[in-house]
Amino acid sequence: MAGSQRVFRQRIRSTRALSKMFRAQELIAASRIGKARDRMQHANPYSRAITRAVSAVASHSNVTHHLLTERADTNRVAVLLIASDRGMAGAYSATVIRETERLIGRLGDAGKQVDLYVSGRRAIAYYQFRGRPLVGQWQAVSDAPTVEIANEIADELLEAFDPPEGVAGVAEVHIVYTHFVNMVTQRPQIVRMLPLEIVEGVVEHDGDDDSPPLPLYEFEPSSDAVLDELLPRYVRSRIFACMLQAAASELASRQRAMHTATENAEDLIRTYTRLANQARQGEITQEISEIVSGADALAAS
Amino acid sequence: MALEVDIVDTEGSVWSGSADRVIAPAGGGEMGILAGHVPVLSVLKPGDVRVLKPQSKDSLRWRVTGGFFSVDSDQVTIVVDEATEVHAAAAR
Repeated sequence: MAGSQRVFRQRIRSTRALSKMFRAQELIAASRIGKARDRMQHANPYSRAITRAVSAVASHSNVTHHLLTERADTNRVAVLLIASDRGMAGAYSATVIRETERLIGRLGDAGKQVDLYVSGRRAIAYYQFRGRPLVGQWQAVSDAPTVEIANEIADELLEAFDPPEGVAGVAEVHIVYTHFVNMVTQRPQIVRMLPLEIVEGVVEHDGDDDSPPLPLYEFEPSSDAVLDELLPRYVRSRIFACMLQAAASELASRQRAMHTATENAEDLIRTYTRLANQARQGEITQEISEIVSGADALAAS
Repeated sequence: MALEVDIVDTEGSVWSGSADRVIAPAGGGEMGILAGHVPVLSVLKPGDVRVLKPQSKDSLRWRVTGGFFSVDSDQVTIVVDEATEVHAAAAR
Protein backbone atom coordinates (compact mmCIF):
# COMPACT_ATOMS: atom_id res chain seq x y z
CA MET A 1 0.00 0.00 0.00
CA ALA A 2 2.73 2.48 0.93
CA GLY A 3 4.34 1.61 -2.38
CA SER A 4 1.44 2.89 -4.50
CA GLN A 5 1.44 6.19 -2.65
CA ARG A 6 5.09 6.69 -3.44
CA VAL A 7 4.56 5.84 -7.10
CA PHE A 8 1.84 8.47 -7.41
CA ARG A 9 3.98 11.13 -5.76
CA GLN A 10 6.78 10.33 -8.18
CA ARG A 11 4.49 10.64 -11.16
CA ILE A 12 3.16 13.95 -9.93
CA ARG A 13 6.70 15.24 -9.63
CA SER A 14 7.74 14.20 -13.12
CA THR A 15 4.52 15.46 -14.69
CA ARG A 16 4.99 18.79 -12.96
CA ALA A 17 8.53 19.04 -14.33
CA LEU A 18 7.23 18.31 -17.83
CA SER A 19 4.42 20.79 -17.54
CA LYS A 20 6.92 23.52 -16.66
CA MET A 21 8.78 22.74 -19.84
CA PHE A 22 5.60 22.77 -21.93
CA ARG A 23 4.64 26.08 -20.41
CA ALA A 24 8.05 27.56 -21.23
CA GLN A 25 7.84 26.31 -24.83
CA GLU A 26 4.38 27.80 -25.17
CA LEU A 27 5.59 31.18 -23.96
CA ILE A 28 8.63 31.09 -26.25
CA ALA A 29 6.47 30.28 -29.25
CA ALA A 30 3.98 32.97 -28.30
CA SER A 31 6.69 35.60 -28.08
CA ARG A 32 8.26 34.61 -31.39
CA ILE A 33 5.08 34.44 -33.37
CA GLY A 34 4.57 38.18 -33.18
CA LYS A 35 7.99 38.66 -34.69
CA ALA A 36 7.32 36.10 -37.40
CA ARG A 37 4.11 37.84 -38.39
CA ASP A 38 5.90 41.19 -38.46
CA ARG A 39 8.48 39.74 -40.81
CA MET A 40 5.69 38.48 -43.05
CA GLN A 41 4.29 42.01 -43.12
CA HIS A 42 7.69 43.55 -43.81
CA ALA A 43 8.31 41.31 -46.78
CA ASN A 44 5.03 42.41 -48.32
CA PRO A 45 6.04 45.68 -50.02
CA TYR A 46 8.87 43.92 -51.81
CA SER A 47 6.80 41.05 -53.11
CA ARG A 48 3.98 43.41 -54.07
CA ALA A 49 6.36 45.59 -56.08
CA ILE A 50 7.83 42.57 -57.83
CA THR A 51 4.45 41.04 -58.53
CA ARG A 52 3.21 44.27 -59.99
CA ALA A 53 6.23 44.58 -62.21
CA VAL A 54 5.96 40.99 -63.38
CA SER A 55 2.32 41.39 -64.25
CA ALA A 56 3.14 44.65 -66.03
CA VAL A 57 5.62 42.88 -68.25
CA ALA A 58 3.42 39.87 -68.76
CA SER A 59 0.31 41.84 -69.58
CA HIS A 60 1.75 43.75 -72.42
CA SER A 61 4.38 42.04 -74.22
CA ASN A 62 4.09 38.73 -75.82
CA VAL A 63 7.10 37.59 -73.98
CA THR A 64 8.53 34.18 -73.83
CA HIS A 65 11.06 33.32 -71.24
CA HIS A 66 12.58 30.01 -70.28
CA LEU A 67 11.14 30.27 -66.77
CA LEU A 68 7.66 30.61 -68.23
CA THR A 69 7.70 27.80 -70.72
CA GLU A 70 6.94 24.16 -70.05
CA ARG A 71 9.76 21.74 -70.50
CA ALA A 72 8.94 18.50 -72.24
CA ASP A 73 12.44 17.05 -72.42
CA THR A 74 12.52 15.46 -68.98
CA ASN A 75 10.06 13.74 -66.68
CA ARG A 76 11.83 14.68 -63.49
CA VAL A 77 10.10 17.12 -61.20
CA ALA A 78 11.38 18.81 -58.06
CA VAL A 79 9.39 19.02 -54.85
CA LEU A 80 10.46 21.40 -52.12
CA LEU A 81 9.11 20.53 -48.69
CA ILE A 82 9.21 23.17 -45.99
CA ALA A 83 8.84 21.64 -42.53
CA SER A 84 10.17 22.40 -39.08
CA ASP A 85 13.53 21.81 -37.46
CA ARG A 86 12.18 21.01 -34.05
CA GLY A 87 9.28 18.97 -32.81
CA MET A 88 6.81 19.85 -30.09
CA ALA A 89 4.59 21.49 -32.67
CA GLY A 90 1.77 19.00 -32.67
CA ALA A 91 0.97 17.59 -36.07
CA TYR A 92 2.69 20.42 -37.93
CA SER A 93 5.49 18.44 -39.57
CA ALA A 94 3.41 15.29 -39.96
CA THR A 95 0.68 17.18 -41.81
CA VAL A 96 2.97 18.80 -44.31
CA ILE A 97 4.91 15.57 -44.84
CA ARG A 98 1.66 13.71 -45.49
CA GLU A 99 0.65 16.35 -48.02
CA THR A 100 4.03 15.94 -49.71
CA GLU A 101 3.63 12.17 -49.83
CA ARG A 102 0.26 12.62 -51.48
CA LEU A 103 1.75 14.98 -54.05
CA ILE A 104 4.61 12.58 -54.73
CA GLY A 105 2.09 9.79 -55.23
CA ARG A 106 0.13 11.89 -57.65
CA LEU A 107 3.20 12.87 -59.62
CA GLY A 108 4.33 9.26 -59.64
CA ASP A 109 0.99 8.20 -61.08
CA ALA A 110 1.49 10.74 -63.85
CA GLY A 111 4.73 8.99 -64.72
CA LYS A 112 7.06 11.56 -63.22
CA GLN A 113 10.15 11.05 -61.16
CA VAL A 114 10.46 13.20 -58.08
CA ASP A 115 13.58 14.94 -56.83
CA LEU A 116 13.09 15.87 -53.21
CA TYR A 117 14.40 19.09 -51.71
CA VAL A 118 13.72 19.35 -48.01
CA SER A 119 14.06 22.13 -45.50
CA GLY A 120 13.64 21.33 -41.82
CA ARG A 121 15.36 18.69 -39.70
CA ARG A 122 12.15 16.82 -38.88
CA ALA A 123 11.38 16.11 -42.50
CA ILE A 124 15.01 15.30 -43.30
CA ALA A 125 15.00 12.72 -40.49
CA TYR A 126 11.72 11.30 -41.81
CA TYR A 127 13.15 10.68 -45.27
CA GLN A 128 16.57 9.58 -44.14
CA PHE A 129 15.02 6.99 -41.85
CA ARG A 130 13.14 5.62 -44.83
CA GLY A 131 16.25 5.66 -46.96
CA ARG A 132 14.87 8.03 -49.53
CA PRO A 133 17.47 10.14 -51.31
CA LEU A 134 17.28 13.90 -50.86
CA VAL A 135 18.69 16.11 -53.57
CA GLY A 136 18.91 19.17 -51.39
CA GLN A 137 18.50 19.72 -47.68
CA TRP A 138 18.60 22.71 -45.39
CA GLN A 139 18.20 22.94 -41.65
CA ALA A 140 18.45 25.17 -38.61
CA VAL A 141 16.40 27.92 -40.19
CA SER A 142 12.80 26.90 -39.93
CA ASP A 143 11.43 29.25 -37.30
CA ALA A 144 13.33 32.33 -38.42
CA PRO A 145 14.20 31.96 -42.10
CA THR A 146 16.68 34.42 -43.54
CA VAL A 147 16.76 35.92 -46.99
CA GLU A 148 20.12 34.27 -47.58
CA ILE A 149 18.77 30.77 -47.03
CA ALA A 150 15.71 31.50 -49.14
CA ASN A 151 17.96 32.74 -51.93
CA GLU A 152 20.16 29.69 -51.64
CA ILE A 153 17.16 27.39 -51.96
CA ALA A 154 15.69 29.44 -54.78
CA ASP A 155 18.96 29.51 -56.69
CA GLU A 156 19.35 25.77 -56.40
CA LEU A 157 15.82 25.19 -57.66
CA LEU A 158 16.25 27.71 -60.45
CA GLU A 159 19.42 25.98 -61.49
CA ALA A 160 17.65 22.63 -61.48
CA PHE A 161 14.91 24.03 -63.68
CA ASP A 162 17.26 25.87 -65.97
CA PRO A 163 20.37 23.70 -65.84
CA PRO A 164 23.71 24.28 -67.51
CA GLU A 165 24.42 22.33 -70.68
CA GLY A 166 24.57 18.59 -70.28
CA VAL A 167 22.59 18.35 -67.04
CA ALA A 168 19.07 17.00 -67.22
CA GLY A 169 17.39 19.18 -64.65
CA VAL A 170 13.73 19.13 -63.80
CA ALA A 171 10.58 20.04 -65.68
CA GLU A 172 8.57 21.41 -62.79
CA VAL A 173 9.13 22.75 -59.31
CA HIS A 174 6.48 22.30 -56.65
CA ILE A 175 6.54 23.71 -53.15
CA VAL A 176 4.70 22.23 -50.19
CA TYR A 177 4.46 24.52 -47.19
CA THR A 178 2.01 25.46 -44.49
CA HIS A 179 -0.07 28.51 -45.15
CA PHE A 180 -0.67 30.74 -42.14
CA VAL A 181 -4.36 31.63 -42.28
CA ASN A 182 -4.61 32.92 -38.73
CA MET A 183 -3.53 31.92 -35.24
CA VAL A 184 -5.80 28.89 -35.14
CA THR A 185 -5.82 27.74 -38.74
CA GLN A 186 -2.79 26.72 -40.76
CA ARG A 187 -3.25 24.76 -43.93
CA PRO A 188 -0.74 22.75 -45.89
CA GLN A 189 -0.55 24.09 -49.39
CA ILE A 190 0.98 22.99 -52.65
CA VAL A 191 2.05 25.53 -55.22
CA ARG A 192 3.62 24.95 -58.57
CA MET A 193 6.46 27.42 -58.65
CA LEU A 194 8.05 26.70 -62.00
CA PRO A 195 7.26 27.08 -64.81
CA LEU A 196 5.65 30.27 -63.61
CA GLU A 197 1.97 30.73 -64.20
CA ILE A 198 2.04 34.46 -64.41
CA VAL A 199 -1.56 35.41 -64.96
CA GLU A 200 -3.36 33.49 -62.25
CA GLY A 201 -0.62 33.86 -59.67
CA VAL A 202 -0.40 37.57 -60.08
CA VAL A 203 -3.91 38.90 -60.26
CA GLU A 204 -4.99 37.57 -56.90
CA HIS A 205 -2.26 39.47 -55.11
CA ASP A 206 -3.13 42.72 -56.77
CA GLY A 207 -6.84 42.37 -56.25
CA ASP A 208 -6.94 43.81 -52.75
CA ASP A 209 -5.75 47.33 -53.51
CA ASP A 210 -7.40 49.73 -55.90
CA SER A 211 -4.61 49.54 -58.41
CA PRO A 212 -5.33 51.43 -61.61
CA PRO A 213 -4.78 49.62 -64.89
CA LEU A 214 -1.12 49.13 -65.55
CA PRO A 215 0.43 51.77 -67.78
CA LEU A 216 2.35 51.01 -70.95
CA TYR A 217 5.89 50.73 -69.80
CA GLU A 218 9.02 51.32 -71.69
CA PHE A 219 11.55 48.66 -70.95
CA GLU A 220 15.11 49.52 -70.28
CA PRO A 221 17.24 48.07 -71.83
CA SER A 222 14.74 45.52 -73.25
CA SER A 223 11.79 43.49 -72.06
CA ASP A 224 13.84 40.31 -72.15
CA ALA A 225 16.59 41.79 -70.03
CA VAL A 226 14.03 43.09 -67.55
CA LEU A 227 12.41 39.66 -67.34
CA ASP A 228 15.79 38.04 -66.84
CA GLU A 229 16.29 40.19 -63.77
CA LEU A 230 12.72 40.09 -62.60
CA LEU A 231 11.68 36.47 -62.71
CA PRO A 232 14.46 34.97 -60.57
CA ARG A 233 13.76 37.69 -58.01
CA TYR A 234 10.10 36.88 -58.18
CA VAL A 235 10.83 33.22 -57.49
CA ARG A 236 13.18 34.11 -54.63
CA SER A 237 10.65 36.39 -53.04
CA ARG A 238 7.89 33.78 -53.39
CA ILE A 239 10.07 31.14 -51.76
CA PHE A 240 11.03 33.52 -48.99
CA ALA A 241 7.35 34.33 -48.49
CA CYS A 242 6.53 30.61 -48.29
CA MET A 243 9.24 30.12 -45.69
CA LEU A 244 7.97 33.02 -43.62
CA GLN A 245 4.45 31.62 -43.79
CA ALA A 246 5.74 28.22 -42.75
CA ALA A 247 7.69 29.74 -39.85
CA ALA A 248 4.63 31.57 -38.54
CA SER A 249 2.55 28.40 -38.93
CA GLU A 250 5.15 26.34 -37.10
CA LEU A 251 5.21 28.73 -34.16
CA ALA A 252 1.42 28.95 -34.04
CA SER A 253 1.01 25.19 -33.99
CA ARG A 254 3.78 24.85 -31.42
CA GLN A 255 2.07 27.37 -29.21
CA ARG A 256 -1.22 25.53 -29.53
CA ALA A 257 0.29 22.09 -29.01
CA MET A 258 2.20 23.23 -25.96
CA HIS A 259 -0.87 24.90 -24.55
CA THR A 260 -2.79 21.64 -24.84
CA ALA A 261 0.13 19.71 -23.38
CA THR A 262 0.27 22.02 -20.36
CA GLU A 263 -3.44 21.55 -19.79
CA ASN A 264 -3.17 17.79 -20.10
CA ALA A 265 -0.28 17.77 -17.65
CA GLU A 266 -2.35 19.74 -15.16
CA ASP A 267 -5.20 17.28 -15.60
CA LEU A 268 -2.85 14.40 -14.96
CA ILE A 269 -1.45 16.05 -11.85
CA ARG A 270 -4.97 16.52 -10.55
CA THR A 271 -5.86 12.86 -11.21
CA TYR A 272 -2.65 11.61 -9.62
CA THR A 273 -3.13 13.83 -6.58
CA ARG A 274 -6.60 12.38 -6.12
CA LEU A 275 -5.29 8.82 -6.47
CA ALA A 276 -2.45 9.52 -4.05
CA ASN A 277 -4.88 10.91 -1.52
CA GLN A 278 -7.09 7.89 -1.96
CA ALA A 279 -4.14 5.59 -1.42
CA ARG A 280 -3.13 7.46 1.70
CA GLN A 281 -6.67 7.33 3.06
CA GLY A 282 -6.85 3.62 2.30
CA GLU A 283 -3.61 3.07 4.16
CA ILE A 284 -4.86 4.98 7.22
CA THR A 285 -8.13 3.06 7.22
CA GLN A 286 -6.28 -0.21 7.03
CA GLU A 287 -3.92 0.72 9.83
CA ILE A 288 -6.83 1.75 12.08
CA SER A 289 -8.69 -1.47 11.39
CA GLU A 290 -5.50 -3.43 12.11
CA ILE A 291 -5.01 -1.62 15.42
CA VAL A 292 -8.67 -2.01 16.38
CA SER A 293 -8.77 -5.68 15.51
CA GLY A 294 -5.46 -6.17 17.32
CA ALA A 295 -6.86 -4.50 20.45
CA ASP A 296 -10.06 -6.54 20.13
CA ALA A 297 -8.04 -9.74 19.96
CA LEU A 298 -6.03 -8.72 23.06
CA ALA A 299 -9.20 -7.80 24.98
CA ALA A 300 -10.85 -11.11 24.05
CA SER A 301 -7.93 -13.22 25.26
CA MET B 1 4.61 68.20 -58.88
CA ALA B 2 7.00 65.92 -57.07
CA LEU B 3 7.84 62.29 -57.38
CA GLU B 4 6.67 59.77 -54.82
CA VAL B 5 9.52 57.40 -54.17
CA ASP B 6 9.46 54.02 -52.49
CA ILE B 7 12.61 52.04 -51.99
CA VAL B 8 12.06 48.49 -50.83
CA ASP B 9 14.32 45.54 -50.21
CA THR B 10 13.58 41.95 -49.33
CA GLU B 11 13.14 42.65 -45.64
CA GLY B 12 10.98 45.73 -45.83
CA SER B 13 10.77 49.32 -46.86
CA VAL B 14 14.08 51.15 -46.94
CA TRP B 15 12.86 54.68 -47.54
CA SER B 16 9.80 56.38 -48.87
CA GLY B 17 8.93 59.99 -49.40
CA SER B 18 8.74 62.64 -52.05
CA ALA B 19 11.57 63.83 -54.22
CA ASP B 20 12.33 66.27 -57.01
CA ARG B 21 14.62 64.02 -58.89
CA VAL B 22 15.83 60.47 -58.76
CA ILE B 23 19.01 59.31 -60.42
CA ALA B 24 19.43 55.58 -60.83
CA PRO B 25 21.86 53.29 -62.64
CA ALA B 26 19.48 51.89 -65.24
CA GLY B 27 20.18 49.07 -67.64
CA GLY B 28 21.25 51.45 -70.39
CA GLY B 29 23.23 53.84 -68.22
CA GLU B 30 22.49 56.43 -65.56
CA MET B 31 18.96 57.68 -65.75
CA GLY B 32 17.58 60.85 -64.22
CA ILE B 33 13.90 60.85 -63.48
CA LEU B 34 11.83 64.01 -63.11
CA ALA B 35 8.12 64.43 -62.57
CA GLY B 36 6.13 63.58 -65.67
CA HIS B 37 8.51 60.86 -66.85
CA VAL B 38 7.06 58.24 -69.18
CA PRO B 39 6.30 54.91 -67.52
CA VAL B 40 9.42 52.87 -67.51
CA LEU B 41 10.45 49.55 -66.11
CA SER B 42 14.15 49.04 -65.91
CA VAL B 43 16.87 46.84 -64.63
CA LEU B 44 19.01 48.38 -61.92
CA LYS B 45 22.73 47.87 -62.24
CA PRO B 46 25.08 47.91 -59.28
CA GLY B 47 25.79 51.51 -58.40
CA ASP B 48 24.36 54.43 -56.53
CA VAL B 49 20.74 55.51 -56.38
CA ARG B 50 20.39 59.19 -55.56
CA VAL B 51 17.24 60.89 -54.40
CA LEU B 52 17.08 64.71 -54.43
CA LYS B 53 14.55 65.94 -51.94
CA PRO B 54 12.40 68.97 -52.75
CA GLN B 55 13.26 72.39 -51.33
CA SER B 56 16.59 71.32 -50.04
CA LYS B 57 20.01 70.88 -51.41
CA ASP B 58 20.81 67.59 -49.73
CA SER B 59 20.47 64.34 -51.49
CA LEU B 60 20.14 60.81 -50.23
CA ARG B 61 22.28 58.15 -51.68
CA TRP B 62 22.24 54.39 -51.47
CA ARG B 63 24.68 51.90 -52.85
CA VAL B 64 22.74 49.06 -54.40
CA THR B 65 23.83 45.69 -55.69
CA GLY B 66 21.09 45.16 -58.21
CA GLY B 67 17.35 45.09 -58.68
CA PHE B 68 14.90 46.99 -60.81
CA PHE B 69 12.77 50.08 -60.70
CA SER B 70 9.51 51.22 -62.17
CA VAL B 71 8.18 54.68 -62.85
CA ASP B 72 4.56 55.37 -63.57
CA SER B 73 2.52 58.52 -63.04
CA ASP B 74 5.19 60.06 -60.81
CA GLN B 75 5.33 57.01 -58.61
CA VAL B 76 8.83 55.60 -58.47
CA THR B 77 9.28 52.14 -57.00
CA ILE B 78 12.84 51.01 -56.57
CA VAL B 79 13.25 47.37 -55.70
CA VAL B 80 16.72 46.38 -54.60
CA ASP B 81 18.40 43.25 -53.30
CA GLU B 82 20.41 45.18 -50.82
CA ALA B 83 20.81 48.86 -50.14
CA THR B 84 23.35 50.53 -47.91
CA GLU B 85 22.97 54.20 -47.27
CA VAL B 86 25.96 56.29 -48.24
CA HIS B 87 26.17 59.48 -46.26
CA ALA B 88 26.68 62.64 -48.22
CA ALA B 89 29.80 63.53 -46.25
CA ALA B 90 31.37 60.17 -46.96
CA ALA B 91 30.53 60.38 -50.63
CA ARG B 92 32.32 63.68 -51.10
